[in-house]
Amino acid sequence: MPDLLLELFSEEIPARMQARAAEDLRKMVTDRLVDAGLVYEGATAFATPRRLALAVQGIPARQPDLKEEKKGPRVGAPEAAVQGFLKSAGLASIAEATIQRDPKKGEFYVALVEKPGRPAIDVLAEILPVVIRTFPWPKSMRWGERSSRSGALAWVRPLHSILATFGPETETPDIVPFAVDGIAAGNATRGHRFLAPRVIHASHFADYAAKLERAKVVLDPARRREIILTDAKHLAFAQGFELVEDPALLEEVAGLVEWPVVLMGTFDHDFLRLPPEVIRTTIRVNQKCFVVRAQPAPEGTQGSPVSSLSPQGGEEKSGPRGGEGRPALANKFILVANTEAADGGAAIVAGNERVIRARLADAKFFYETDLRHWRDVPLDMRLMKFKDIVFHEKLGTQWERIERIERLAAELAPLLGADAEKARRAARLAKADLLTGMVGEFPELQGLMGKYYARATGEDESVAVACEEHYKPVGPGDRVPGNPVSVAVALADKFDTLVGFWAIDERPTGSKDPYALRRAALGIVRLVLSNEIRLRLKQVVDLAYREIDRHIVGPGEVLSVDDTREDLVGFFADRLVVLLKEQGARHDLVNAALHVGARFIAEGEPIYEQDDLLLIVRRVEALGKFLDTEDGKNLLAGYKRATNIIRIEERRDKTEYTGEPSAELYRQAEEWELARAIDTAAAEASAAVAREDFAAAMSAMAKLRPHVDAFFDKVTVNVDDPPVRANRLKLLNRIRAATGTVADFSRIAG
Amino acid sequence: MAELPPHMRPDRSFQGLILALQRYWADYGCVILQPYDMEVGAGTFHPATTLRALGPHAWNAAYVQPSRRPKDGRYGENPNRLQHYYQFQVILKPSPPELQDLYLNSLAAIGIDKAFHDLRFVEDDWESPTLGAWGLGWECWCDGMEVSQFTYFQQVAGFECAPVSGELTYGLERLACYLQGVDSIMDLNFNGRAGNQKVMYRDVFLQAEQEYSRHNFEFADTDMLFEQFRMAEAACRKYLDAGWDTEHAHHLMALPAYDQCIKASHIFNLLDARGVISVTERQSYILRVRDLARACGEAWLKTAGGGTH
Ligand SMILES: Nc1ncnc2c1ncn2[C@@H]1O[C@H](COP(=O)(O)OP(=O)(O)O)[C@@H](O)[C@H]1O
Ligand SMILES: [Mg+2]
Repeated sequence: MPDLLLELFSEEIPARMQARAAEDLRKMVTDRLVDAGLVYEGATAFATPRRLALAVQGIPARQPDLKEEKKGPRVGAPEAAVQGFLKSAGLASIAEATIQRDPKKGEFYVALVEKPGRPAIDVLAEILPVVIRTFPWPKSMRWGERSSRSGALAWVRPLHSILATFGPETETPDIVPFAVDGIAAGNATRGHRFLAPRVIHASHFADYAAKLERAKVVLDPARRREIILTDAKHLAFAQGFELVEDPALLEEVAGLVEWPVVLMGTFDHDFLRLPPEVIRTTIRVNQKCFVVRAQPAPEGTQGSPVSSLSPQGGEEKSGPRGGEGRPALANKFILVANTEAADGGAAIVAGNERVIRARLADAKFFYETDLRHWRDVPLDMRLMKFKDIVFHEKLGTQWERIERIERLAAELAPLLGADAEKARRAARLAKADLLTGMVGEFPELQGLMGKYYARATGEDESVAVACEEHYKPVGPGDRVPGNPVSVAVALADKFDTLVGFWAIDERPTGSKDPYALRRAALGIVRLVLSNEIRLRLKQVVDLAYREIDRHIVGPGEVLSVDDTREDLVGFFADRLVVLLKEQGARHDLVNAALHVGARFIAEGEPIYEQDDLLLIVRRVEALGKFLDTEDGKNLLAGYKRATNIIRIEERRDKTEYTGEPSAELYRQAEEWELARAIDTAAAEASAAVAREDFAAAMSAMAKLRPHVDAFFDKVTVNVDDPPVRANRLKLLNRIRAATGTVADFSRIAG
Repeated sequence: MAELPPHMRPDRSFQGLILALQRYWADYGCVILQPYDMEVGAGTFHPATTLRALGPHAWNAAYVQPSRRPKDGRYGENPNRLQHYYQFQVILKPSPPELQDLYLNSLAAIGIDKAFHDLRFVEDDWESPTLGAWGLGWECWCDGMEVSQFTYFQQVAGFECAPVSGELTYGLERLACYLQGVDSIMDLNFNGRAGNQKVMYRDVFLQAEQEYSRHNFEFADTDMLFEQFRMAEAACRKYLDAGWDTEHAHHLMALPAYDQCIKASHIFNLLDARGVISVTERQSYILRVRDLARACGEAWLKTAGGGTH
């Protein structure tokens, strides 16, 4: 069966868009093929900086013929209707139609319309221009002479040629006959911009890929990545270094070259005095080069592998350590060129070295200027600038925000085992690096520079670390800090953000979350759980609200403290449910624990009683264990049975069987025993819950089980004596009430 | 290039580089203009680019434009950042199909041999919030050094470009550092001579960098600048109003009005460098300049140059 080869050859496509574009191309073309009845065998798409390519194998040469029954008018319908039917079905006379019967309609005409399938190449000639015209580039542009006409083609960058061939492997394929905005499809393309710029004619995919390879183009991005990674590792290793791997950079660099050539350059040793993250960021962000470090010392060697390589210069503590015991960076970098230079790359390396030297000199300038500034100017003076920087027009300045975070962090500190003064100091300092030259140049170094500068100016280590860590955890995969001072500031920062935006009614809606509030809430949940912090969310929200309240500036809606609190706790509950579910907890158990004591006002969201995340999780764990036991399963079954009966009877009688059952109406021993057991279990469970001993609370509940079983065994609920019946229903209802202190069993599945 | 005397060679002489680029683009057919006689932040602000990019007429021009970036001042101490530097600007309208090759050939003309160098087009979308302009294109890299900006204008002054222009901006000092193999702009040989005839970039501009950095960051009179901003803004509006004919179909003073827009933009940059504009105010100043630019663009489109007869 024939194959399709398509290539869209353009000026340089941004690296970050290539992978997505290849996938979009594959999907757009193959979806349309399938819609047209052309089921193919396989499809692969590729991207380089200058081309998107697609190979689809095994497309039928023709669409299948379609047979369709077309229903017509009743037999004996007016002539006009019959004529219309003949015309639309393409019949010459009504004799060509058959007659069918329908019990409702009676006899009516049916035409068998045959739609012969068209050659696939004709279908492709229709599909491909549509795909090109409607291609979903994140940003596209017009160009050249034609750009002033309406309907001018838009592409990511100017599109120069289209190659589109179709045919079986054994024959010379045909060119798919179409044109888009003056660009006619053909079988020509070009090789590498510099190494093989001449026109190439290609037939099938294999021929195309091979010719491109000869013309110094590696079509497959995965192979380009592979080549770069292998060559970079080898090159580093051969010189006694180890590549610092960087998958995102690798992906980007592979999108900047058609013919990767890996080279190594050097920078001045002296720059290694800069923090390693600064070196790496400078080299990576601006130059898209990799850094390398010393090869790790072999197992068992003692002492710091760092000091041998790094001149611990100066009085700054922020020397060139690799951090976390890893070897320090070396004064080398790895670049990926897009060409094989006549001098083996000497000029290219020299040029890159010069740029990197200038970049590092810039970074060093910022670093030294910042440090000098931090040493010479007292913190409060430096922070004055924040008085001019608006955090949000309704939430005051950065200065005000820092003051809020400071107070909140100090109040939270005792709960976390953190020193309140250190928490206060860290909060005050945490944003100071936003005013530095280095962070101005490299925003992604925020926090990190604060840590270095704080250390260098003699701050307490936990305070310095908090400057960096208070932003954490950033994403779902990010590390959660454990240093109590960091945790205090991190919580204060995030609560301030959440409560602030809640108060001014800027809550996230649907996919819109411009202030990353979901991330902040999830961050709080993870901080609390991983540090096993006991915290009443509602209390903290109230504290934060009190702080925010004095800084809110109108106009506009302001949410009351009550609304903010209850709504936010619901928001946290949602994050918790998602998080625990991801960690494999049962959704229904989380809900059962969460809803203990919850109230519902009319329709809508519950008002939660439970606002201590750690306790909720402990309850979920205890509940899970309990339900794994025989006692647990049976009690749950008994509970469900009891509530089912009550529900049915209540609905039938249109009344509620709440209230205390009365002892005089007990007729059987099992009733007495169940009543007594419920009293004991409820008392024990409440006491255990008060002690936060959920396992004990569950065990107390477990003792109910034989009595519930015996009750259902021996006692008939629906007896003819109405007061006795009502009393029994009330007794059953007490099971529900008693278990409610432990969990909302109604939310448990099964 | 081989036949040039040594002191004229782009790899020896800063002015030699300028002359070589001018020659190359003149040979292509560009109008070689001289710098616009006002303070601007980039060659794009020259009316030969901003305004000529609007409207249907073909237009090919090239020129050097001194570019003032008050915030980039480093008292002459940074190796590759100045508050006053030269851009070489090329505008081709409509953008010719072989624009990338034309650009690469211009690099060859100044001595960058593609057999030895790694030339790259790296995504960099250009946007000028003050001009209400944007386009797609690249930074052009030579061995990792950003030497030019390459843009297909899509919108200028808030109007769609029809047809689209191609804009090339060469950062002349950085390019020259590269060609001359020096690390710092101040070390560039300006006139290509040797011995006591040699004039260095520092001889021409170091003092100016120091003085203007001091001025831009420390002493520029902010009260006066705020006042000047208001005056330029008012004058721009006044000339725009006065320039319309009775049917609002033709405009007779788009260029003088646009001068005031440029002036406002530069004054804003100075105020910004002085740190007297807060983050929130900043946005509103940018919008004020953009409104002027937009109104000037609208006026220009109703002039002969903008395509109205
Ligand atoms: N402050 C500066 N000093 C010297 N050269 C600069 C400076 N800023 C930019 N350049 C050079 O000028 C070129 C154009 O600068 P860019 O900021 O991209 O200008 P535009 O604002 O016109 O887009 C850059 O490629 C760079 O080489
Ligand atoms: Mg740029």
